[in-house]
Parts: sequence; C-alpha cells; structure tokens
Amino acid sequence: MGLERAFADEPAFVPYLAAGDPNYEDSLEYVEALAAGGADVIELGLPFSEPIAEGKTIQDAIVRSLESGMTPGRFFEFVGDLDVDVPLVCMTYYNLIYQYGDEEGPRPFVEKAAEVGIEGFVVPDLPAEEAGPLREACDEFGLDLVFIVAPTTRGDRLERMMEQVSGYVYVQARLGVTGARDDVDDATEASLARLSDWDVPKAVGFGIKTGDHAAEIVAAGADGIIVGSALVDIVAEGEANGDPTEATADRLESLARELKEGALRGAQERPQPERT
Amino acid sequence: MSTDDAHDPKFGEYGGQYVPEALMPAIEELTDAYERYVLHNEDGFMDDFRERLADFGGRPTPLQYAEQLSERYDTEVYLKREDLLHGGAHKLNNALGQVLLAKYMGKERIIAETGAGQHGTATAMAAAHLDMPCEIYMGETDIARQRPNVFRMRINGAEVNPVTVGRGTLKEAISETMRDWATTVENTHYVIGSVVGPHPFPKMVRDFQAVISEEAREQAIEKTGGLPDSVVACAGGGSNTMGAFAEFVDDESVALVAVEAGGSSLTVDEEQGVAPNSATLSTGNEGVLHGARTKLLQDSDGQIMESHSVSAGLDYAGVGPELAHLVDEGRVTPVNVDDEVALEAFHRLSQDEGVIPALETAHAFGYLEENHDELGDIVVVNVSGRGDKDLETVIEETSKRDLDIAPDMSILNRVGGGL
Repeated sequence: MGLERAFADEPAFVPYLAAGDPNYEDSLEYVEALAAGGADVIELGLPFSEPIAEGKTIQDAIVRSLESGMTPGRFFEFVGDLDVDVPLVCMTYYNLIYQYGDEEGPRPFVEKAAEVGIEGFVVPDLPAEEAGPLREACDEFGLDLVFIVAPTTRGDRLERMMEQVSGYVYVQARLGVTGARDDVDDATEASLARLSDWDVPKAVGFGIKTGDHAAEIVAAGADGIIVGSALVDIVAEGEANGDPTEATADRLESLARELKEGALRGAQERPQPERT
Repeated sequence: MSTDDAHDPKFGEYGGQYVPEALMPAIEELTDAYERYVLHNEDGFMDDFRERLADFGGRPTPLQYAEQLSERYDTEVYLKREDLLHGGAHKLNNALGQVLLAKYMGKERIIAETGAGQHGTATAMAAAHLDMPCEIYMGETDIARQRPNVFRMRINGAEVNPVTVGRGTLKEAISETMRDWATTVENTHYVIGSVVGPHPFPKMVRDFQAVISEEAREQAIEKTGGLPDSVVACAGGGSNTMGAFAEFVDDESVALVAVEAGGSSLTVDEEQGVAPNSATLSTGNEGVLHGARTKLLQDSDGQIMESHSVSAGLDYAGVGPELAHLVDEGRVTPVNVDDEVALEAFHRLSQDEGVIPALETAHAFGYLEENHDELGDIVVVNVSGRGDKDLETVIEETSKRDLDIAPDMSILNRVGGGL
C-alpha cells in the first residue's frame, strides 16, 4: 500500500478522467497529458451504467466511454497500455467489482487490478459498512482503499471509515454530485478540521476548477486536490468541436499544470505555525 | 406489523446500504425514524397513518368475489381491490406513509421517482394532503406513455422533472432522484416507490404496504372460513407483491406467486445490453443497484440492462431484496407472462368483471388464465391498480396485434373522434 507516498513532499494533484472517453486511443493520450502536466496520482474511471454519484459532466463521459466499447476487460488493457509513471487509482461502482471473474465477490477484480498496476480504489457507492470484503481483498494484494468523507459525515461513521481507509481520504468539498463550480464551499474547512487527527493524507474534491481554487483549498489545510469535471469538460469540448486529439491533450496538460501550480502556491500561503 | 430489527439491513445475502457517503447520515436518520415511528408508534404515528389511510385513502379496500372468473376457472377467485384506493393504486399506502413520516421528521421537501406514474401521482396527492412541496422525476419515455398521470401530478401541485438520459424509464429516474437527494439531503426526503433501494426502504415500504395482506387475510377468513390456497400478485420492483404477501409469509399452506413481465421474450440481447423483459426474479442474477444487493438484469460485466414491458410500472431491471430472498428460500414462486398474455387478460377482466386493471395487474390475471389449475380452490389476486392510465397504451398495443378478445374500436374512427 503506497499511495501515501504521492503526498509526502508537497500537495498532490489528483486528476480524474473516464478511461475510454471519448475513445480508447484518444483517452490514452489524454491521461498521459495529465501525467505530463504534473499529476501525482491519477483516478481512472471505469464506467458503470448507473453512476448515481456523478453529475451531468461525468455521466456524459461515462456514456461516451461505454458507447466506445469500454468494459472491465478493456479497462485493464487500457491501464497496461498507458505510458505514465504515476500511481493509478480505479474509480468505479461496486457492481462491476463484484461481478468480475468466475468467483463471487471482489477478489478476482482486485487481483487483476493489482496485476496490471492499479494501486487503489475509490468506490462511491460502497460505504464503510459494506466494504469489508473489498478491504480484505485489497489487503491481500497490497492495494489501497480510499473512502469519501461527505460534509454530512459525523461521529461513528467517521470512526468506521478511519479504521478502513488507506492511501488517502477523499474529502467531498460540498453536498451533491460531481461537477465543476465557480467557488469554494465553506464546508471544506469544516470537513478538514473533523479529520485533523487522521494519519492519512486528505485530498479535497468536488467542484475544483481553477488554480486559484486549488491554492485556496491547499491553504486551508488539504494535502491534495482532486479534479474531475473541469478536465472532463475539456475532453467533451474537444469531442464536440472535432478538435485534433493533440490540441485537446495540450489543453488538458495546461489546466493540469495550472492546478498543480495552484496547489503548490496554496502550500506557500498556509499560515505558518508561530515559533515559541 | 413487522417485528424486524430496524437496524438489520439484510434479507439473507440481499439488501444492505450501497449509496454515496453523503446519503448515509440521512439513511441512518431514516432508520432511526422508521424504528421509532413505524415500529414503535412513537407520537401515535401509526395511528395517525391508519386514520389517514381510512379517511383520505378509503381503506379498507374490498376483497371481492369474482363471479365470472370463478365460474370460468372452476375456482373461487377473489380480487383484492387496491384499484379502489384513492388515486387508483396501492401506491398511496406507501406514499402517504413516507410523506407523513417526513413530516414527523421535520423534513421540508419531498422528491420521488416514478415509472408508470402511479407512485408519482400517489406522492403528489399525499404531499398536497400534507402540505409539502413535491418534485417528481420521470423518464421521458414514461412521460410519453403515461400522460394522464403526468397531468394528475401537475394538478396536485407537483413539479415533474423529465429525465432524458438512457432509455428514459424508471431506472434512470431513480438514479436522477438519488442525485437530487445527495444534493438536498439535509431538508429533503426521497419517497422511494417500491420495496427497493437501501435499507430501511425495503422493510419500511413493505410495512406500509402490508395493510393489503393484513386486510386480505382477515377478509378471506371471514368470507371463506379459512386461508386462500394461493395469493397472486404482479411484480416489478415488488411493492404490491410484498404488500400482498407480507402477512401470509408465515402461513405455509398459502402459495405465494409473483408474476413478472415476460415482455416480448425471455432471451437477452447481451450485445445491445437489452433484456426484452422485466423478469428479474426469473432470469436475473445477484448484484448491486440503487443502494441494495438484489437480483438484477445485467450483462456478464455487471452493466445494468435496459428492461422492457408493455407495462411501464413493471419496467425495471431490479427487484426488492426481500422478494429475491423469499424466492431463494423457496417461499415465493416467480413466474412470468408476456406482453400479449397480459393484454388479453386486461380485456378479459374488463369484459368479464367490469374491472379495468392496470397493465401491471393484468400480468397477474394472465397467469391465472393459463395456470389456474395449479393454484388451488381459493385464489386471491391483488388488483394493484386501475387501468385508466394505460388506455392509450392498450389502444396502441392492441391495434398492433390480432387479439380475438379485443373489442372492435372502429366506432372511434367512424365518428371521427378519439379518446
């Protein structure tokens, strides 16, 4: 289990793209552009037909990806074909993990993921109460299991999650579903404060769109930022306009760079502890 | 009423709580409210509910002896007339229960999904009755085939939000309502329309619907001197099914038959991701959808298939986890009939008994027509709802087929009018 290393020296930039959006070949280039732009961990979406935690931007990406033929089998090939030197996390829904392979339960999926080089999972519809079998399989194959803490998460639920989480914790900056926003929600600081004694890195996601957002969130105490919809928007626009793959990849790399730089700037802006 | 532990989320391997983290606190709050108000009648909640079911809803509904069908099948057939409940379907039992519960919990807004529109209509009525703002999500395909219910929701003051993703049916509407709930969870209650979704919904909805079998059991004893040999109900998500079965589950002499939509075929087109049926209990396998582990129509990767039924209310790729469990235990028998058999049954019940059934309900009567010899001497069929909402679909679907039983509708063309 080693995703924590990505957060060790400086605030981490964790981008998301749906694998296979809008098609297999272009998507490989887009993910590689994120790595070139400074990604420290990449969350790769394996599309599920009922993505109940996603807003319209990522829903549409999932539809494009599914229509281009993405399946769990193709996803593992995709990971194998990627030329990046960045830890990869698989973000998907539990039914795909549960159904994979001949044996019932999550073990075959985790085994295959480990084999192709996936280092962890984010599963938005799997709360800590139901995560036992997946946690067990992750332990067996040395993978991390990232949990999402929502603004509404309190008390016993935080305790249960703290016992199971590894790699990093995904701090949901606001209520609702995924999607880029124009401001940073006040819930972020309160959520980070609730997790102050957790000994895993805290990465904040949901709604981050610009370098300034990234700086603000890192200055507020986040160890990293997670950005999905703002990047998926670039893929969608490129596809809708018929732009050359290279042009879209350049725009992705450029936004990635802005976000990473924002995160670094945020670290400089953090209040320094007073010397006694 | 159920004596289940409110905090046990499972039925064997099925059930559970597979939802985004943002919803978990609301689900815990709901579980607590379910235990206090529904199971323990705190603040007289259940008394209030039962009184409103009687005065606003029109309960009890009759258990009617069906003379022509009984003669036709040489079997005593009784109809549990949920179509006579206010709004024209069993859905009001649950909608009224949940909207009232939301009120007791201090929630300020109601959202719901609907397929055939009956649940949306019932929720809109209950929300108007209890003075709560209400928004309903409904797939575009279903809006097109269930227009009367869309009007009824609007007339009762509810907003109707069209869902355009996917095929625009119930599956997509549920996903969209969950997204709304994830955003507004602090002041909003999601009235799930069937015995599906994360715990406590499957148990709570069953408990609100169990009034059907509670009444039917007493009425059957009163009218026949004993229990029926079989109870037959149609099954989509399974709310009328669980309502009709709940109080008979411990009566082992009573066969419980869940009739699913066989659609146009039980064969699956895996490449297209389409099951031309909604026969989840008969042909589905275990997986996780919309908050619960249950039986699903899915491909070998675990992607959820598009389902099909002539009846919008049965057109769903999942089913309640308790039903899935009772089928595995051998307590409930899953069967199915196809679109054509259901349409024939629709016309037969209308002509023979003067009862125009919902197309969902017609599936149960289609099964009775073909298998009455196996159901024993006394059969109760749950008339889950009335068919007014389905008339446009019935006219269209009947005209595509050569059904001997269908009436000649040419009079409509001759006088130049329409419905």
